[in-house]
Amino acid sequence: MNDWTVVCRVDDIPVLGARRVAREQGAAVAVFRSADDSIFALLDRCPHKGGPLSQGIVTADGVACPLHNWTIGLADGCARAPDVGCTPKFAVRVADGQVMLDAQELLHHAVEAATV
Amino acid sequence: MKRMKLVLVGNGMAGVRTLEELLKIAPDLYDITVFGAEPHPNYNRILLSPVLSGEQTVDDIVLNPLSWYEEHGIRLYLGKAVARIDRIRRCVVAGDGTEVQYDRLLLATGSLPFILPVPGKDLQGVVAYRDIADTEAMIDAAARYKHAVVIGGGLLGLEAANGLRQRGMQVTVVHIMPWLMERQLDEVAGGLLQKSLEARGIRFEIGAQTEALTGDDTGRVCAVRFKDGREIAADLVVMAAGIRPNTALAEAAGLHLNRGIVVNDTLQTVTDPRIYAVGECAAHRGIAYGLVAPLFEQGKVCATHLAHFGIGRYTGSQTSTKLKVTGIDLFSAGDFMGGEGAEEIVLSDPYAGVYKKLVIKDDKLISACLYGDTVDGSWYFKLLRQGRKVGELRDKLMFGENNLGDAGHEGHSRAAGMADSDEVCGCNGVTKGTICKAIKDKGLFTLDEVRKHTKASASCGSCTGLVEQLLMFTAGGDYSAAPKTKAMCGCTDLGHQAVRDAIRDMHLLSIDAVYQSLDWRTPNGCASCRPAVNYYLISSWPKEAKDDPQSRFINERSHANIQKDGTYSVIPRMWGGMTSAAELRRIADTVDKYKIPAVKVTGGQRLDLLGVKKEDLPAVWKEIGMPSGHAYAKALRTVKTCVGSEWCRFGTQDSTKMGQDLERALWRMYAPHKVKLAVSGCPRNCAESGIKDVGVIGVDSGWEIHIAGNAGIKSEVAQFFVKVKTPDEVLEYSGAFLQLYREEGWYLERTVHYVARVGMAHVKAKVLDDAEGRRALWERLQFALDGEPDPWFEFDKAQVDLRQFEPLRAVVPIKEIA
Repeated sequence: MNDWTVVCRVDDIPVLGARRVAREQGAAVAVFRSADDSIFALLDRCPHKGGPLSQGIVTADGVACPLHNWTIGLADGCARAPDVGCTPKFAVRVADGQVMLDAQELLHHAVEAATV
Repeated sequence: MKRMKLVLVGNGMAGVRTLEELLKIAPDLYDITVFGAEPHPNYNRILLSPVLSGEQTVDDIVLNPLSWYEEHGIRLYLGKAVARIDRIRRCVVAGDGTEVQYDRLLLATGSLPFILPVPGKDLQGVVAYRDIADTEAMIDAAARYKHAVVIGGGLLGLEAANGLRQRGMQVTVVHIMPWLMERQLDEVAGGLLQKSLEARGIRFEIGAQTEALTGDDTGRVCAVRFKDGREIAADLVVMAAGIRPNTALAEAAGLHLNRGIVVNDTLQTVTDPRIYAVGECAAHRGIAYGLVAPLFEQGKVCATHLAHFGIGRYTGSQTSTKLKVTGIDLFSAGDFMGGEGAEEIVLSDPYAGVYKKLVIKDDKLISACLYGDTVDGSWYFKLLRQGRKVGELRDKLMFGENNLGDAGHEGHSRAAGMADSDEVCGCNGVTKGTICKAIKDKGLFTLDEVRKHTKASASCGSCTGLVEQLLMFTAGGDYSAAPKTKAMCGCTDLGHQAVRDAIRDMHLLSIDAVYQSLDWRTPNGCASCRPAVNYYLISSWPKEAKDDPQSRFINERSHANIQKDGTYSVIPRMWGGMTSAAELRRIADTVDKYKIPAVKVTGGQRLDLLGVKKEDLPAVWKEIGMPSGHAYAKALRTVKTCVGSEWCRFGTQDSTKMGQDLERALWRMYAPHKVKLAVSGCPRNCAESGIKDVGVIGVDSGWEIHIAGNAGIKSEVAQFFVKVKTPDEVLEYSGAFLQLYREEGWYLERTVHYVARVGMAHVKAKVLDDAEGRRALWERLQFALDGEPDPWFEFDKAQVDLRQFEPLRAVVPIKEIA
């Protein structure tokens, strides 16, 4: 059972862009919006050197980290080959134009990931 | 959807490479079947020579292990030659009756060695040098016999001779032409090569014509007899007198042949568009290529066509050759005979064993033949393929790329001489050993592949030449160099110029329009092409095309410099480097208030406030109350000045005022890359004008303008451009040059590289010789900049999305939900 909580409206996220969801503990969560209004959520940290993925250039299915240009898949959080590494992903639900994340995940998921 | 059936005949480098390219872009389109006559998976045929000489093993040179075929669901028939093609029923039939249907058929049957039609050619111990079986037969013979004769003194023959010699045989090379490798080397270089091979104990029969091979009573070859009656002992004869395209199968199927299977620019046979041919068996525009680089270029085009991306065209290749005999450096490319109107530059140092010949025709390099020192082979080859005018380089051309200035590498330019632990790529800390290992282990052939797998040469690119050398040494001579026009990125095959031209010629105004009109492969591009296309749109159609902030790098979206910890730095604009107590006081107060951890003076004479949180940016800008410094952007950065005649006892001109005027005229100017200016008030040049994109130096009688300098990765001294009299002229000439760069430069190309590409003569013709054109350029720049907003204050006009500075929070407090 997911414990959905609203973080913003779909329209609050730029098309081919992202927003950061701040958390009490741990790194922020990045929510991405693709050209077809699909929403994805990943920990806002590149698996390479912890760059803020929410600040990257968003493409159809990936985001390029602003620090060293690793491309991370939006759906799975994993770096495109030949780079290796994944960032934790978060469950997302969209209903009535509202973007929701799981409250329990926001509280507990990947909070221990060390900050750079 | 039902998959189509693709059959590949020929399990070699060209065919399998085509499959790899195809699987990359359309992994699910085809059911693939591969027939290979040899019992081995695809291996690197170029590296048979190191196997023969014992430097590598057969396992070392396998490119695609059997597991690769399995992973991709490819049905593989090894050791099974295809006997015929039935074009009516669209199937191929193997010798043992195996029959496979196809929708598309790819022929990559390679070539066959040319066997001299002399008596005795069928004796035991007479082999060609073409595949693993031949190589193994030669290794086996070397263990049991003493005398080897290699017929043919070309690349293959010499490599065979060297390998057999290293395995302890007495080797004689028989060559009918007047010198070795006569198609790649001139007589002098051929002679040097022969001498150094003789020093290794190889004997030569130059000009000798083979009449017959004689056998002993066991049916094994025992001697080679020449036309003049002489005989030499031979327990092993290697035929290396050339190759012929292997076209018997295609011929029987009624496909049109002319020195190979004739294909068009999409590698389809001209007879049957369902059938493609790539590699040594194919004849494209009358040429059947025998080197690997062209085959890979063909494979790429063929794959895009098979994948229904009909955009690629293969238009032919230029090739280079390097002899893979350890310890002998030899490189050859282009047409060294030159013909009428060709001029030669020759450097000959017989004592050091160095000989270099460059051939120039119509101001272009058309051939390079290097012996003994091949460090610059890849650079010459690049000049040759680009067809670049070399007039400006001509006096230095012979001394190599390094001689043109390479401050970043302290002379580490000889890849071969470097130790495995030496660093090649300073940006990403990649050593020679790491690169060579990746090339060997992963079977890399191209610069792009090395970049992807090791990151070497992937950042600043100054080590590209070194990496190319390592590719040559490690992967074999004829690695696949970047094609003549480099694709912008993986989303398209078009290069930067083609995209720029299309935007201008078709009056394209949005990124989507560009992607649609030019058949982009990805719906939203990638992080490489989107910023480039966005820049081309706004620079080609100012006030018409709309800037797209989501296609800009974060620095230009948030108007500050992102730092390694995700904070930002802020650099307020100080015109010409001048500031005041009031400005400094505001800056100091802001630093205190927002607890900004570091303040630094930059190289461009500005203050850098480092470690600002993104949330604080708008407030920091407001409190500082100074215009955007654009120090984060591909745009005019700063105009550095000295104090000039106002204060300096040597100053001849008011450089500070000139710098401020230039900065006010040009700020907010986006460009292909960052642009830095400097103005010095006298030739002592305290503002370092000599290493700027535009460097102005005051002299008693006016101003000198120097352009295309660079203090970055590779220091480049700016070139003298023009001397003018008045400050207004400085503005007009500098502005016109920068507008030309804005209109013609490729994204991420600094002025130094732009001017090198188009030539100083072109820039001078446009800006100096054509007064009307110059004024028009200057006016276009002013039109583009007129009314451009300050992104630190005019958020709406500058399309600064303020939402980015506010983090989101869960709407319902989480503890209430829980």
